[in-house]
Amino acid sequence: MDWLTPLIFAPLVGAIILAFVPSKQTETIKGVALIIAIITFILSLFVYAQFDKLGAGMQLTVNVPWITSLGIHYHLGIDGISLLLIVLTTVLTILAILSSWRSITEGVKGFFVSMLILTSGMIGVFCALDLFLFYIFWEVMLIPMYFLIGIWGGPRRVYAAIKFVLFTMFGSLLMLVAILYLYFQYHSFAGVYTFDMLKLMQMPIAINPQHWLFVAFALAFAIKVPLWPFHTWLPDAHVQAPTAGSVILAGVLLKMGTYGFIRIAMPMFPDATATFVPYIAILSVIAIIYGALVSMVQKDIKSLVAFSSVSHMGFVMLGLFALNQEAVQGAVIQMINHGISTGALFLLVGMIYERRHTRLIAEFGGLGKVMPVFSAFFMIVMLSSIGLPFTNGFVGEFLILLGAFKANVWYGVFAATGVILAACYMLWMYQRVVFGKVTNPENEKLTDINWRERIILIPLVVLIFFIGIYPTPLFERTEPAVRQVIAHIEQTRQAKQDLERIDERTLALREGAGLSQKVTEKGVTR
Amino acid sequence: MEFQLPDFDLRVMMPEIFLFLWALVVITFDLSTKRRSGAAVAYLAMFGLVITGILLAVAGTGAGFGAMFFNDAASIFFKVIFLGAAFMAIGSSFGLLRQKIQHHRGEFFGLILLSTVGMMFLASSNELLSLYIGLELTTIPLFVCAAFFKDNRLSVEAGIKYLIIGAFSSALLLYGLSLLYGLSGTTDLLQMRINIATTHLNFREIGMLPMISVIMLVAGLGFKLALPPFHQWAPDVYEGSPTPIAAFLSVGSKAAGLIAFAKIMINGLQVFYDQVMAPSDWGILVAVIASAAMIWGNVAAIRQANIKRMLAYSSIAQAGYIMIGMVALNELGMAAVSFYMFTYLFANMGAFAVVAIFEDTTGSTQISSYNGLAKTSPFHAASMSVFLLSLAGIPPLAGFFAKYYVFASAIKMAGAADDKSWLYWLVGVGLLTSVFALYYYANIIKTMYFTTDESPYRLSVASPGSAMVLIGLIGVLLFGLYPTPILEFAAGIPEALGVVVP
Repeated sequence: MDWLTPLIFAPLVGAIILAFVPSKQTETIKGVALIIAIITFILSLFVYAQFDKLGAGMQLTVNVPWITSLGIHYHLGIDGISLLLIVLTTVLTILAILSSWRSITEGVKGFFVSMLILTSGMIGVFCALDLFLFYIFWEVMLIPMYFLIGIWGGPRRVYAAIKFVLFTMFGSLLMLVAILYLYFQYHSFAGVYTFDMLKLMQMPIAINPQHWLFVAFALAFAIKVPLWPFHTWLPDAHVQAPTAGSVILAGVLLKMGTYGFIRIAMPMFPDATATFVPYIAILSVIAIIYGALVSMVQKDIKSLVAFSSVSHMGFVMLGLFALNQEAVQGAVIQMINHGISTGALFLLVGMIYERRHTRLIAEFGGLGKVMPVFSAFFMIVMLSSIGLPFTNGFVGEFLILLGAFKANVWYGVFAATGVILAACYMLWMYQRVVFGKVTNPENEKLTDINWRERIILIPLVVLIFFIGIYPTPLFERTEPAVRQVIAHIEQTRQAKQDLERIDERTLALREGAGLSQKVTEKGVTR
Repeated sequence: MEFQLPDFDLRVMMPEIFLFLWALVVITFDLSTKRRSGAAVAYLAMFGLVITGILLAVAGTGAGFGAMFFNDAASIFFKVIFLGAAFMAIGSSFGLLRQKIQHHRGEFFGLILLSTVGMMFLASSNELLSLYIGLELTTIPLFVCAAFFKDNRLSVEAGIKYLIIGAFSSALLLYGLSLLYGLSGTTDLLQMRINIATTHLNFREIGMLPMISVIMLVAGLGFKLALPPFHQWAPDVYEGSPTPIAAFLSVGSKAAGLIAFAKIMINGLQVFYDQVMAPSDWGILVAVIASAAMIWGNVAAIRQANIKRMLAYSSIAQAGYIMIGMVALNELGMAAVSFYMFTYLFANMGAFAVVAIFEDTTGSTQISSYNGLAKTSPFHAASMSVFLLSLAGIPPLAGFFAKYYVFASAIKMAGAADDKSWLYWLVGVGLLTSVFALYYYANIIKTMYFTTDESPYRLSVASPGSAMVLIGLIGVLLFGLYPTPILEFAAGIPEALGVVVP
C-alpha cells in the first residue's frame, strides 16, 4: 500500500479545500488547517509504524511513470534519515499553525493555504527518489515561503523575501543544469534516460565533471543550509518572517540543504566529496565560530537565534563531511535536534513578541518574576540548544565532535570552541532577559503563557528530554541508512581506485610490449 | 516553355480559406448592422476561430500547392498557437469594444483574423516567396491595429514606428532572400538545402555573399522577433498599441517569426550552421544575439514602471531563451522551441488579459497602480502571479518545463559535439538572467500582495476577459503537471523542419 502519496498530498488537498472556505470565517479556516495538519501528522505516524527499522535501502517505495517520453518517474521512497525528517516536519507544522492562532490577523486564509502547500513541498522533497521530482518539490517550497515572509513578515519583509527567493533560485538553477548533465551522461552510459537517483548513483563519472557537478549541487545545498559565506539571506529571512515561518524555515527548510548533501551530493559524487572535504570542513568550522561570535553581539533575540542557526548548521555540515559513522549519524540526529530546539526558540521568541511587540534584549529583564512558566520552558530549550547532557543537543554534538576528532584533530578542536561560545551567548542572553529585577515597567504586567502556548511547547520539551536520554529509536532507524551512504561512498571510490590501478597496469604492460609497434604505426601514418 | 500548374489540394487549405472569408464576414457584419454590432462581432470572430480550429483538425496533413502550401506537424502545431493567440486577444478586447473602438469594431477584429491568416500561410509554406507573402500579410494588418486609437499619440506613434521598422526589416529580409535565391537558384527551401549542400564548398569561394545573406536574414527575422539589437521598437509599440494587440504581437507575431526563422535557417540553411562555414555560420551569430536578448531584456525589464513595457522587455528576454533551443539545433531543441511557444501562449496571453482588464477598469498601465490588488481582486491577482511565475520558470507550472527543455537541448548538444561546447555558456547566461527575471516578476507579485493597503479598484470576474484569464490559468497549470500530450505532438516537429541531429 502506498503510504507516502497520501502523506505528501494531504496538506495540498487541504489547501485546496481551504481555498473554498470564505475568507471571513477565520476560525473555521484555522480549525480546518489544524485538522489537516493533524491528519498529516497521523499519516506520518502510520508511515513511521510501517517503516522496518532493520531494513536497509529505500522502503515504502512507489514507482510510476509520469512523463514517459523523458523517463521521468513518480518515484518515492524513504530511509531512516528521511523518515525522521518527515515526522519532524509534520510535528513542526502543527505547532507552527497553533502558534499563528492569534498572531495572524490579516489574510488568514492565504497564510494557512501557504503553510499547507509548503508542508506538501517539504514532505515531497524528503520522499522523492527521482531527481526531477525532487527538483519540482524543492522549487514548490520556494513560492509559499516567499509569500509567508513577504506578506506576514516584519518591517523589512519585502527585502528579506526577495533576497531569500533570489538566493535560493540561483542555487536551484545551478542544480537544474547539473541534473540535466547527469541525465544525458547516464544516457550515454546506459542507453536510457532516467532521473532515478538510485540508478544515477551507480554511474561512474570522470573526476573532472564530477567536481563541477558536485560544486553545482553543493552550491545549491550550501545556500540552503546555509554554509558560511552563503548565509547572508538567513538573518534577514529569519528575523522578518512571522513566527510560524521562522519555525518552518529553521526547523525544516535548512535541513533541505544538509539532506541534499547526504542524499544526492555525497553518494553521487564520492570522489569529488573526498576532494572537497577539507574545503567544506573549513567553511563549516568558520560557520560554527563566526555564527557563534556574531550571535553574541546581537541586540535582537530573534537575530541571535538566527545566527546561532548558522553555527549549529555548521556542526551538521562538519559531521557530514567527517565521513565516518559516528559523525554522520551525529549530523543526522543533530538535524532533527536543531529543528526541535531552534523551532522551540523561535516559538518562545514569538510568544514574548506577541506580548511586547519588541524582541530587543535590552527591553527585557526579570521575566522570571512575571512569567515563571515561560522562563522555565525557555531555560530547558536554551540548555538543549547549548547541548547540555541529557538534552537532545548533547547527543548530536557529542557524536559530531567525536567523529570530527577522528577525521582531523584540528576540525574537532576548533569546532569544540563553538560549543563553549554557544554557552556564552545563550546564557548571557538568558540572563539579561530572564534574571534580575524587572527593570522596564512595561514588563511588569506581562501575562504568563496560556494553555495553547503550553500545548505548543510541551511536545518539544518532551522530545528534547526523550532524545537526550533515550536516543536509541532514532539511532536504530538512521544507522542502516547512514551506514549505507558511507559504504556506498567507500565502495565506489575503492572500485574506482582498483580500476585505475588496473588501467595503469594494463597501460604499462601495453606500453612495454607494444612500444615498437606503435612507432611503426606512426611511421605508416606519416 | 509550357507552364504546368502543380497538383493542388484545396482540402488542406480549407482552414485558411475559411478564415479569410470569415474575416470579410466579420467586417461586413459590422457594416451591415450600421456599426451597432456591439459585442456580437467579437463573438462572431471568436466563433470563426473555433471553426477554423475544427477545420484544421479535419484537414489533416498533406500538400496543397507543392512547397507553396502544405501541412505537417510543425505547421499544424504553430497554427494552433496562432489561433489560440488570436482567440485570447479577441477575448480580452471586450473592454475596448465597449469604450474605445465603438466605430470600427468590424475592422479591428477583421484585421486580427487577416493577420492570423497570414501567420497560417507562413507556417504552411516552404518556399521563399509564399513565406515572404505570409509574413507581410501577418504584419500589415497589425500596423493598422497598433495605431487603432487615432486620438492617442502613443498609439499613433506605435503604429508608425511599427510600420517603419516593419518595412525596413522586410526590406532586409527580402534582400537576404534574393541573395539566397541567387546563390542557390531556387526558392524552394528543400531544393535549396540540396543545392547548397552539394555546392557549399564553392560558396566559401564566393566569399562575402553567403555571409551577407545570412546577416540580412538574421537581422530581418531579428526585427520580427524583437531580438537585440533589433528590439528597440518593441517596448514603444507594446506600450502604445491597444493591449490585446500588444498581446497578439508578443505571442502570435513572435511565433510567426519563429517558424519563419526555423524554416529559412534550419530547413534551408542548416549547412551554414557549421564552424567550417565561418564566417557564414549563423549559429554563433544567433547565440550572441540570444544572450544579448536574455541579458538586455531581463536587465531593462527591472527598471520599467509601465507593465506593458515590462512585458515587452520580458518578451524580448523570452525570445532569447527560445533561441537557445533553436541554436542547439537538435531534435530536442526544436521540440523545446515549439513547446516553449505553446506554454508562452497561455502564460503571456493570460498576463496580458489581466493587464487588459485592469486597464479597462482603471485606465492605468503603471505597475504602481497594482498596489494591493490582491485584497480586492484575489482571482486576478492570483492568476497574474501564476502567469508571472510560469514566465519565470517556477515548477510545476508550464513555463518551467519549457525552460527545462530548452536548457536540456543545449546541454545535450554541448555534451554530444565538442565544437558545440560554447552552448554551455549560453545555458550559463540563461541561468543567471533567469534570476534577474524572477526579480522583476516577483516585484509585481510584491506590489499586489505585500502591502497593507487596499486597492481602490475591483476587477470584474464575470467578463469575457476573465474567461481568457481562466483559459490561461488552466493551460499553465495543466501543461505544467501533464505536458505529455503536447510533448508527443511536438516530437514530430523537428522532423518536419528537417532537423537531422538526434
